[in-house]
Amino acid sequence: MSLFADAFAWLFDAANWAGPNGIPIRTLEHLLYTLVTLVAAGVVGVTLGLYIGHTGKLRGAAVIVTGSLRALPTLGLLFLFALWLGIGLTPVIIVLAILAVPPLLAGTYSGIEAIERSTVDAARAMGMTEWQILAKVEIPLAMPLIVSGLRSAALQVIATATIAAYLPLGGLGRFVFDNLSLRRWDAVIGGAIVVTVLALIVDGLFALLERSVVSRGVRAARSRDGSAAQPARKSVAADAA
Amino acid sequence: MIQFDHVSKTFPDGTRAVDDFSLTIPSRQTTVFVGSSGCGKTTILRMINRMVDPTGGSIHIDDDDIATLNPVTLRRRIGYVMQNSGLLPHRTVIDNVATVPMLTGVKKSAAHAAALDLLDTVGLDRALADRYPAQLSGGQQQRVGVARGLAIDPNILLMDEPFGAVDPIVRRELQQELLRIQSKLAKTIVFVTHDIDEAFLLGDNVVILRPGGHIVQAGSADEIISAPADDFVADFVGANDGKRDLTVRERNGRRVAVDPSGRIAGVLRAEQPSDA
Repeated sequence: MSLFADAFAWLFDAANWAGPNGIPIRTLEHLLYTLVTLVAAGVVGVTLGLYIGHTGKLRGAAVIVTGSLRALPTLGLLFLFALWLGIGLTPVIIVLAILAVPPLLAGTYSGIEAIERSTVDAARAMGMTEWQILAKVEIPLAMPLIVSGLRSAALQVIATATIAAYLPLGGLGRFVFDNLSLRRWDAVIGGAIVVTVLALIVDGLFALLERSVVSRGVRAARSRDGSAAQPARKSVAADAA
Repeated sequence: MIQFDHVSKTFPDGTRAVDDFSLTIPSRQTTVFVGSSGCGKTTILRMINRMVDPTGGSIHIDDDDIATLNPVTLRRRIGYVMQNSGLLPHRTVIDNVATVPMLTGVKKSAAHAAALDLLDTVGLDRALADRYPAQLSGGQQQRVGVARGLAIDPNILLMDEPFGAVDPIVRRELQQELLRIQSKLAKTIVFVTHDIDEAFLLGDNVVILRPGGHIVQAGSADEIISAPADDFVADFVGANDGKRDLTVRERNGRRVAVDPSGRIAGVLRAEQPSDA
C-alpha cells in the first residue's frame, strides 16, 4: 500500500527533477514526439478527410482502412518498423501517427458531412469555386469536429508515446520501462502518474480550443434552439400548477 | 433572353427528369414554372446557372451558349434564391449579402455599404446587419436570401420555391415585396413554385409543367384561366371545381362578386379609363 506513497515521494524528490533524465526534460521530449506525430498525422488525416468530405469519394475505403489501422498492435508494429528502418525517432513517429490518423480523418470528414447540403449547394450556386467552398464554408463549419478529432488523437498519442522508451529513446516512458526490470515501483508508478497528468492537461486545453472554434453564428443557433424549448416547458409547468 | 432548345436531362441513375424542353424566357419579366413535385421544374431552373448540365440540347443566354461559359463566372452573374435561404450560418447578415461581390474583388467597405442599401431594398431593418442567420425569423432569412441574390446586380434572378417554407401571412408579405422590387428593378426573374396562386400573382408568364418537363400550357394568368388548354390545366388552376367562379349579387344596392365559399371578393364597377 505504501507503493503510492513511495511514488509520490519519488515525484517530489528534487533529484528527479534535475538533469537530462529529470521529469521536465522527459516531459518536453514526450511533448515533442506528440507534436511531431500530430503534425504528420494531421497533414495526412486532415487532407484526406477534407478530400473525402468534400467529394464524397473513397468514404467506404476510409471507413475500412481506419477501422483496421485502429486494430493493429502498436508495439508489434514498432518493432517491425524499427527492424526495417533502424533504431531512431522515425519508427516511433510512424507508429504513433498510425494511431492518430483515424480520429483525425474521421473527425474531418464527418465534420464536413454534418454540414447541411443546402448550405454547400447555395455556396456553389452563388459562384464559389470548389476551393472557396472548402476554405470559406466547409472548413470553418467542420472545425469543431476537426479539433475534436485532434483532441482524441492527442490523448491517444500522449498515452502511447511511452513506447518510445523501448527503442530506447526519451520521453516519459523511460521512467516506466527503465525501472520495470529494476523493480523500482516508485519510479514506474511516478512516471505513469506524470503521463496521466500530462494527458489530462492537454485534453483540457483541447476541450477549451474545441469550444472556441465554434462559430458565433452556429452557437447562436444552438442557444436559440435552447431558448425556444424553454417557454414550452414553462407553459407545461404552468398547466400543471 | 434565355432560350432552351430541345433540352433534356437524364440523371446517371437513368431518371429522365427533362425530356425535349424548348422555351424562350423573355427579359425583364417574371416567368414562373409551376407543377407538382417531380415535374422537372427545379432541374430546368438549375440548368440556367449550370448547377445541372443538360444531357441534350442547348441553352443560350442572349447570344451565349452557356455550355461554353465557365460555370463559376456564369453563376456570379446570376442571382440565386433558394427555399431554405441557404445562408452561411457562420457569417453575419451583412457578410452573407456581401459574399459574392467580395469574391469578385469588391472591397469590403464598398461591399458592406452596398449590402446595407440592399437590406433597405428588401425591407429589412439595418439593425439586423450584424445578426447571424439563426437569430432571424424564417421570413427575415428569406429577405436576406433575396438581398444576397441581388447583391451582384444580376440581370437574371433564379428563385427556387423561395417562399415555400414560410407561413402563409409572411409568404403574402414576401410576394408583395417581390412585386414591389420587380416593378423597380425589372430583372429577368425565373421563379419555381408548386403553388398556382403564387404563379398567377407573380408571373408575367406562367409555364405549367407535367412530369418530364413537358409544357402543358404557357401564357399569362388571364390566358390560362380564361382558356385552359386541357382538363389537366383546368383541374390544376381550379377552373373545373368552381374554385375560381365568382357570382354577382346585389347587396345594399351595389353589385358585389361572391366567391364559392360565399365570401365577398369585391365590388363590381363599370370599367373606367385608367390614369396611366
